[in-house]
Amino acid sequence: MISHSSKEYVALAQLHSEVPRERFEEVVREFIGRIYQRPPLRSSVKRVLRVKEIYEIEVLEYEDVYALMRISCQHGTYVRKLIHDIGEVLGVGAHMRELRRIRSGPFREERSVRMQELSEAVYMYRELNRSDRLKSLVLPQEYIVSHLPKVLVFDGAAAAISYGADLAIPGISAISEGIRRRDLTAIFTLKGELVALAEALMSTEEVLSSSRGIAFKTVRVILERDTYPRTWRKKSTTN
Amino acid sequence: MEEAIRFLTELDRFVGVERRYLVKKEGFTDPNYGKTPTARTLEELLKYGIVNLDKPPGPTSHEVVAWVKKILGIPKAGHGGTLEPSQGGDTLRYPVSCR
Repeated sequence: MISHSSKEYVALAQLHSEVPRERFEEVVREFIGRIYQRPPLRSSVKRVLRVKEIYEIEVLEYEDVYALMRISCQHGTYVRKLIHDIGEVLGVGAHMRELRRIRSGPFREERSVRMQELSEAVYMYRELNRSDRLKSLVLPQEYIVSHLPKVLVFDGAAAAISYGADLAIPGISAISEGIRRRDLTAIFTLKGELVALAEALMSTEEVLSSSRGIAFKTVRVILERDTYPRTWRKKSTTN
Repeated sequence: MEEAIRFLTELDRFVGVERRYLVKKEGFTDPNYGKTPTARTLEELLKYGIVNLDKPPGPTSHEVVAWVKKILGIPKAGHGGTLEPSQGGDTLRYPVSCR
């Protein structure tokens, strides 16, 4: 789930000779949108040409041959390669000096926990029997889907979906506005538990005006089976 | 149901989004089953939870996952994945799960 959501980085690029800032920014703008990218030699995926989307590039600082940029892009984009390619278009060459990921899907750097903090919290829990610190560092799994539109379902629907069923109209209690067909949506119980990820087959308006039909196709079930009791009848096993 | 919408709104705010929820049919949920995420115990959180961990440059994601498992004493943990082999620091999440 997280590995398939958008990412944001701060990267330091070094140009192989000086270029005016205006020229640099002009070339950078050409890289916003859908780009072709072949993964670098040292990479963790097959080296075939892939289309990746760059949502934003902001030049934060520019001095001598160094450019500090904030880059927001689709998952699987190689920033090292992006910088190399910017250097090629500039004609002077460039390489990446440093990289830091500042956001992965809904999780941002400024809210991240240092290893030291985690180990202190574990110590307080184990040695002093105080769990509040550790509890505050471990987020409920529901946070993974913070960025998705959401739909709330009745207990019976939650039970059926946990067994793999799709979500039909009568199971829906509430829905966030603005869902379009094909949108990835998170299904929640009326207690706020994440049930599943699903693809919308109907828009918010269609859901509100329909009285029957499948509205969401289940993609991935999260809720453990039998958290809620089954309401559908089991096929008879006698004879 | 109001409690669930409050929690969902909290999730939306976590990513800086305001979403309105439109009610199709007023809901009732049986208090005998399931549990509000904010009421989970530490043990339950450790079973299915997320730590938005700031991975320092140096150790690999794999090594940090092993460290998380060891200090929390949990059998399973994973991370959100990284593409660049050991370049710089990186914020990673450790969904800890025992499924």
